[in-house]
Amino acid sequence: MSSQDQALLFEVLLRLADDNFILGHRISEWCGHAPTLEEDLALPNIALDLIGHAQVLYQMASKVDVAKRDEDQLAFLRLEHEYKNVLLVEQENGHFGDTILRLFYFSVFMKLLWKRTKEVTSFDELKFFAEKAYNEMVYHVRYSSEWVRRLGIGTHESNCRMLGSVHNLAPFVGELFLVDSFDREAQEKKILPNIATFLEDWKKEIFEVFNKSNLRLGVVALEKQGGRLGNHTETFGYLLAELQYLQRTFPGAKW
Amino acid sequence: MPQEALRRVPVRRKVCSKVAGQSGEEIVWEVFVRPKNGLGHKHCGSVHACDKDMALLAARDVYTRRGEGDSIWVVKSTDIVSSNPTYKDNFVGSGEKNYRYPAFYDVPNDVENI
Repeated sequence: MSSQDQALLFEVLLRLADDNFILGHRISEWCGHAPTLEEDLALPNIALDLIGHAQVLYQMASKVDVAKRDEDQLAFLRLEHEYKNVLLVEQENGHFGDTILRLFYFSVFMKLLWKRTKEVTSFDELKFFAEKAYNEMVYHVRYSSEWVRRLGIGTHESNCRMLGSVHNLAPFVGELFLVDSFDREAQEKKILPNIATFLEDWKKEIFEVFNKSNLRLGVVALEKQGGRLGNHTETFGYLLAELQYLQRTFPGAKW
Repeated sequence: MPQEALRRVPVRRKVCSKVAGQSGEEIVWEVFVRPKNGLGHKHCGSVHACDKDMALLAARDVYTRRGEGDSIWVVKSTDIVSSNPTYKDNFVGSGEKNYRYPAFYDVPNDVENI
């Protein structure tokens, strides 16, 4: 593999890993704080799935990292601007409905991504993993969409709050479908599918659920962006401070 | 025989009332998990949920986290009719009825689930 290909593979794997890792961390913040015992198990289950996906992706990325960092170093010891996740996943949890709606948006996106990845990628390790990851995303979509529907049609107040969530998350949706030179090259080299082509399928799935939920999705446009380049929102520094505390205070700590 | 009493009182809680649909309340569902095909569904506990679909999801997340089963049933707790343990002696207590136990022939070693 040429060093250029290696750098490309590293970058695209890191983006995927960071998306899953940071959202997994955010959702894990609900542990012990969810509204009911059932959700207090369901949300950490989902967080662990996402962190597990990130772990596999960090392992793959580690193999092509020129700096030869292992999975833990990649996950816990990078600086803020070296994380390449989209801004959507790092936003604060808000209320239960905010968290659920973000999970719904993200899991529909990842479900489509893993589905297309298993069809098009020529990178065997990723193809094998995409199969498993896809199945877990199907459940995340089911869980989050069922909640979106109930919150959407539950009561006047729950509907108002969900409309607020849709409004607040809208500026962050476009970045999921942002295609830059790395994505184009990864698509040409048959590592990942063309992300921009998911947009219609994504909207269709969101519409179907929103139609039953008394919610309306506005125009999806690229508004806030920067995560892919390492430019994060203010909240991200606080997130990393907590996420990295243990590895920074006790370097190399293991279970 | 004394009248069988319905012991199970529906437990309702309000914590999720903002999100629990028309009634505004979550109810209790009993959860049954089948460990594998060919065995029966076994009662393993209960969950709170606002309707049957959510009850199934909650049961999945609470009781099958470590691959405990391949199938789940949920039933509204209020739909279960139960006997009263206070009166078990004259209802389900089997007493001295050794002849009801299959103790008079050998079970082949290879038969597992009997």
